[in-house]
Amino acid sequence: MSGGKMLRHIQFWILAVLGTVLLTGCGSEYLVLNPKGPVAETQYNLIIISTILVAVIIVPVIALTAFIVYRYRDTPGNKASYKPEWAHSTTLEVIWWIIPIVIVALLGYFTVRDIYLLKENPNKEVAPMTIQVTALDWKWMFTYPEQNIATVNHLEIPAGVPIRFQVSADAPMNSFWVPELGGQIYAMAGMATELYLQADEPGTFAGFSSNFSGEGFAKMQFNVVAKPKEEFDNWVKEVKGTTPAMTKADYEELRKPGVTDKFTYSAFPEGMFEEIVAKYGHGHDMDYVMEKPPAPAGDKSSNETSQNTQQKTESHNMPGMNHSSMNH
Amino acid sequence: MWENIKDFASTFFVTGDPLIYGADVSIVLSMVAIVFVLTKYKKWGWLWREWLTTVDHKRIGIMYLIASLLMLFRGGVDALLMRLQLAFPNVEFLNSDHYNAIFTTHGTIMILFMAMPMMFALFNMVVPLQLGARDVAYPFLNALSFWLFMLGAMLFNISFVIGGSPDAGWLSYPPLSQNEFSPGPGQNFYIWGIQISGIGSLATGINFIVTILKMRAPGMKLSKMPLFSWSVLSSCIMIIFAFPILTVTLALLFLDRFAGAHFFTMDGGGNPMMYLNLIWMWGHPEVYIVVVPAFGIFSEIVATFSRKKIFGYKSMVWAMMIIAVVSFFTWAHHFFTMGTSASVIAFFAISTMIVGIPTGVKVFNWLFTMYRGRISFKQPMLWTIAFIPCFVIGGATGVMLAVAPADYQYHNSYFLVAHFHQVLIGGVVFGYLAGIYYWWPKLFGFKLDEKLGKWGFWFWNIGFYVCFMPQYALGFMGMTRRYYTYGWDRGWADMNLVSTVGAFMMGIGFIFQVWQIAYSIKNGERDTTGDPWNGRTLEWSIPSPAPFYNFAVVPQVKEMDDWWATKEAKANGTYKEEPAKLEPIHMPKNSGIPFIMANFWFLVGFGFTFGWVWMAVIGFIGVFACMWARSFQYDTDYYVPVEEVRRTEASLGRVV
Repeated sequence: MSGGKMLRHIQFWILAVLGTVLLTGCGSEYLVLNPKGPVAETQYNLIIISTILVAVIIVPVIALTAFIVYRYRDTPGNKASYKPEWAHSTTLEVIWWIIPIVIVALLGYFTVRDIYLLKENPNKEVAPMTIQVTALDWKWMFTYPEQNIATVNHLEIPAGVPIRFQVSADAPMNSFWVPELGGQIYAMAGMATELYLQADEPGTFAGFSSNFSGEGFAKMQFNVVAKPKEEFDNWVKEVKGTTPAMTKADYEELRKPGVTDKFTYSAFPEGMFEEIVAKYGHGHDMDYVMEKPPAPAGDKSSNETSQNTQQKTESHNMPGMNHSSMNH
Repeated sequence: MWENIKDFASTFFVTGDPLIYGADVSIVLSMVAIVFVLTKYKKWGWLWREWLTTVDHKRIGIMYLIASLLMLFRGGVDALLMRLQLAFPNVEFLNSDHYNAIFTTHGTIMILFMAMPMMFALFNMVVPLQLGARDVAYPFLNALSFWLFMLGAMLFNISFVIGGSPDAGWLSYPPLSQNEFSPGPGQNFYIWGIQISGIGSLATGINFIVTILKMRAPGMKLSKMPLFSWSVLSSCIMIIFAFPILTVTLALLFLDRFAGAHFFTMDGGGNPMMYLNLIWMWGHPEVYIVVVPAFGIFSEIVATFSRKKIFGYKSMVWAMMIIAVVSFFTWAHHFFTMGTSASVIAFFAISTMIVGIPTGVKVFNWLFTMYRGRISFKQPMLWTIAFIPCFVIGGATGVMLAVAPADYQYHNSYFLVAHFHQVLIGGVVFGYLAGIYYWWPKLFGFKLDEKLGKWGFWFWNIGFYVCFMPQYALGFMGMTRRYYTYGWDRGWADMNLVSTVGAFMMGIGFIFQVWQIAYSIKNGERDTTGDPWNGRTLEWSIPSPAPFYNFAVVPQVKEMDDWWATKEAKANGTYKEEPAKLEPIHMPKNSGIPFIMANFWFLVGFGFTFGWVWMAVIGFIGVFACMWARSFQYDTDYYVPVEEVRRTEASLGRVV
């Protein structure tokens, strides 16, 4: 094959790649690239920063490849220099050891900064609200300890308020993911992981399970509806007045493997989430495995409760995580 | 009685799916055909003497190659079935269970039963030749490694028609892979299939480390060793540290399932996250184990087809050794999203990015090997050139995934799927194919047809981008791996359809390659020189196909790229011919024990899979009997007389 033909093919690939990348920039179906809250926003910025930094390497390298392959092709009459013994240059090698080191250092800085940032409440001005998430075979159960209501396969939240999710499972591992609001966290039995998300504006956001858990896994999807604070409060009142309370028996029914519809409950057995976590806590110190959520807020000023929450969060940066396998 | 048999058969054999009945029929037909051909042409004795009992590293390499190509076919069919299922929303081609089994076996087969044996094929076909050695350090163990791999792979593969395939993902995470959620033999097939072949892989790792360190031709210092052999050394070091972890992890999972232990259960004191840590402590180095030898292959090919010395030899060696070490400190990036502490995530994020540095250095070195060279576009070089942009993009998305907070958004999504296919296909598959095209004449004595090969090449390459670029986009759209279906409302349909088209293009590329091999056996250009590419390293100094003892006279190595230096000296007239002195050659004898012992291991695995302890016990007794027999075998080697060496060389057109 001639070098020219080769080069045209390489150009085709580059265009194909760029075309796809550009396509990803538009359209609301690209959930990850349409952040609707501060957490997703932080992650979106990191995606952009990292894309630019790696592009600084890959674009010149691909261009250089095309150039070298074309220029030094083995055709009669190629006048480019041919130096079969030239195989070392300290200057050049130092340069390309250093370039990636600099890129990794830069990227490492942004990465580490945001890793710590995302462990905290993204919105320091507003006290967070707690929602507990339990992954079941193959459905999501949400319990609102402050409102004492529960839902299955759908989630309603107040817009503009950071939500502190405590995530666990009474089934094989799942991952709780609402791309437009921010990245995911694993739902694991015997632990309660923590994730802050916030919706800046009212809207409906798609939520997924992104860790394979068996037969009904593909159906473990839900919608998150963010509403203005008053509407959310009205919705809670409505739920209180019109839906049944969840009993232990209801829960036992729910946790059986299978796909179900959406449900809403006006109440749930007290401490149910803590019990689910403790069930698989097998003898660990339970304060360590599971941090107690604040008591149901009811009519109390929610400010007090949330300060309480934040203090606890600081002292246990990582509730529910069993360190033994990682840190020691 | 009849009812009992019917009952047993319906649980033992997988029933109820027309696709599987079709497979049953084709398996039985091909078995009958093989038996018929072997009997009709009286080839049973030949098969036993020449292949089943061989300890010749080149033949073992060829068997690895055939096995891996078959597995590439099976893994590829799995991939196409999945892509068909996902081509349109709400397709009901495969149900959830069947889909889960197919993606599980696709992953396991491609990594463990396709990439690994293709890598071992190249180790066996090339390393001793490149070192100027007559065999590997432990030829008997080498044969045993192959048969353990083969029978392990067979055990895993029959799960498809007997008992039911594993369906908990290619790494079989508990608690999903525990009895409670995965009853039946599927996961047991997984555990024992991998366990048995894994023992073989570990032995191969040890074998090649010793071969490289102890069997190099006189004068070949490590600093003059060809880069492919260096890459094999790096890969084997990773194997001997990583595979014991896999063995223990699978053994513990088996104890959970078989003996009611609680290592990884949700309750009873078990911890599933411990399994994730352990399996990725093996699994992450594993991906480097398969990709580093490809780096070695590219280094050989780039130098040969640019007619130029490899650029930055020392950097290349350092880069591969650094990768071998750092690969053991990155495993937790596979579960950044498990909510561990910020400092742990930061450590693994940074160490993952660091792997990109030596890899990037290697790319520049390859480019500058081509720089001021003369590049000829033969098939091995085509695949090498195609590898560079593909791997650079794949590596870049890998660095993007290492940015932990961004990974919270990519984790388990199609962005990830596209990334690892890009590095594994772009790096491993392209690399091994390049290596196979490159060394094919040395093993078989003829070249593979260029024209058909180029058709295959373009279908593979264009198909690759059509298949996987849309998957990056799907990741941004929120599509997660392992969904067997999705609705129209998600907006994922277009990209999935395009991706499916690309997958089929790669399938067509594979068909061209099969055609190419079949065509070339008959019409391929014969290699009479032994050096069809104008190579640089020792393997090109002997005739093609290489005689069973490799080197009639063991070469004295003076320089890096010794064969190239010899050719140059001959051209300049400065070459001093030293009188060759033939001596009787010491060779190992063939043995049937590796084959028989591996079959007993199969019995062990099959017995434990179905909980038939009696069968496993028989298997273990057989295994120990084989070990016993071998340890009292004293007559294991012989000498090839000088006259026979002279005759063989003459028949290959050489005067010695």
